[in-house]
Amino acid sequence: MIEYLEILGQEVYKIIFLLVPILVSVAMIVWLDRRVWGLVQKRKGPNVVGPFGLFQTLADALKYIFKEIIIPASANKVVFILAPIVTMTLALVAWAVIPMSEDLVLANINVGILYLFAISSLGVYGIIMGGWASNSKYPFLGAIRSAAQMVSYEVSIGIIIINVLLCVGSLNLNDIVIAQKELWFVIPLFPMFVIFFISSLAETNRPPFDLPEAEAELVAGYQTEYSGMMYAMFWLGEYANILLMCAMGSILFLGGWLPLMDIYPLNIIPAPIWMILKILFLFLLFALIKAIVPRYRYDQLMRLGWKIFLPFSLIYLVLTASFLFYFDKLPKVNI
Amino acid sequence: MIIHTIFFYFFSVIAIFSSLMVITSRSTINSVFFLILDFISVGCLFIMVGAEFLGMILLIVYVGAVAVLFLFVVMMLNVAEQKQSWFIGKKSTHIPTGLIVSVLILLELLVVVGGWKYKEDLMSSSTLLLSNISNTHQLGLVMYTDYILYFQLAGIVLLLAMIGAILLTFRERIGVKKQSYLKQISRSPSNAVELIEVKSNQGVKIDD
Repeated sequence: MIEYLEILGQEVYKIIFLLVPILVSVAMIVWLDRRVWGLVQKRKGPNVVGPFGLFQTLADALKYIFKEIIIPASANKVVFILAPIVTMTLALVAWAVIPMSEDLVLANINVGILYLFAISSLGVYGIIMGGWASNSKYPFLGAIRSAAQMVSYEVSIGIIIINVLLCVGSLNLNDIVIAQKELWFVIPLFPMFVIFFISSLAETNRPPFDLPEAEAELVAGYQTEYSGMMYAMFWLGEYANILLMCAMGSILFLGGWLPLMDIYPLNIIPAPIWMILKILFLFLLFALIKAIVPRYRYDQLMRLGWKIFLPFSLIYLVLTASFLFYFDKLPKVNI
Repeated sequence: MIIHTIFFYFFSVIAIFSSLMVITSRSTINSVFFLILDFISVGCLFIMVGAEFLGMILLIVYVGAVAVLFLFVVMMLNVAEQKQSWFIGKKSTHIPTGLIVSVLILLELLVVVGGWKYKEDLMSSSTLLLSNISNTHQLGLVMYTDYILYFQLAGIVLLLAMIGAILLTFRERIGVKKQSYLKQISRSPSNAVELIEVKSNQGVKIDD
């Protein structure tokens, strides 16, 4: 029995060492996002609290903690409280399989990419539950929009993942990274990378696809009735999801923890730093797009997902498969 | 092994409890939430017996897509809370139908599982090798060789169902303005905007 407790203790220790950096980096990433947004619009952005305003998010979080949590009288209380918890938990749970280097991963499971896909497809529930439980019109409309949007963009993300898996021959995330040792998948699968990036914008409800919280039409979408810490949890979960999508993009297309090139000054930099740099690069693109691009109309969003991305990624899938087949480049299975 | 057993009973108790709650809970929304919990715990059980691919697919397909649609429909229909559940209050008329269906399903399960036990090479495959490759690989090996016909047929049935659903709900409405994306995108400022110098007290004549 003592052994089990010891193993359990070790796991808890590992999980804490995974979660704390993620929460801290989420706080930093919120600051970066606002900073980039400010710089694009020729403002300064948050620059008062701490050096360069780095502690702005912590100050905000402190404010949220001490604010009163208001639960609407007509709300379904259990579901209302559960919704932000679900969002936050799902956003953090997915990080268990993300490899930061060959050994630095909490759970190196066989079906890593399926796990990531499954968890990100569960993310809809936090939003639907929040929107429905608020028992108010704007949150409900926002939740419905968001559910339709996330479900439709997941389809093309799934097909893009299949594209990558065809070139790898394994569902393990570490194998996917190692398969890119010669050539990052961003080069042969560049169109898929673009579509993956845009779909992940839609999947995380970021501008230009932030229709679930379009403030001009829906006040704040599914978050309208939330206040205090519960709002902060939605908000943290959202940013953790964005980081997760960036990590997924860098693993699938940008070679994960592999260095830029396997030559001397570059390959002594430790693998986790490469991974972090790639995540940051993708996140900077996310932040820039938020600042630059105007919001889509809802029917345009749906058309883009179903009539352009889905057929295009299907055609590309067929092309990839036939290329790999005819040039005999299909990954070898060793039984 | 003890931990394994504890986890097994943990998930199976949750699965049984939530499946009971699906049929007994009074609000339809809660039923759907319990259904989702049921799916998730069954998925966990799949993963525990080593069928990680099936578990994940269960999560992706049922929880990630099908249950979302359920939730959607239930929320949109605004079904009032059921006044009577089947063991409290008045007798419901659905019980006989439900019983017949469940007895049928039980019989089918008995036939399938019994047949499998009775004749061991009923569903055996020549391609399937018992080795240490992961079960995802094995599924792929079998599905695209021995069972390619059934696999493709299942795909066609799904496609037909999809086309049928679209056809049933599709109707052409007359007199509805439609937006043409091509027209909208190809508009240029030169033929869409006109700059007019307006003289005082004369106004602008709008031609439409």
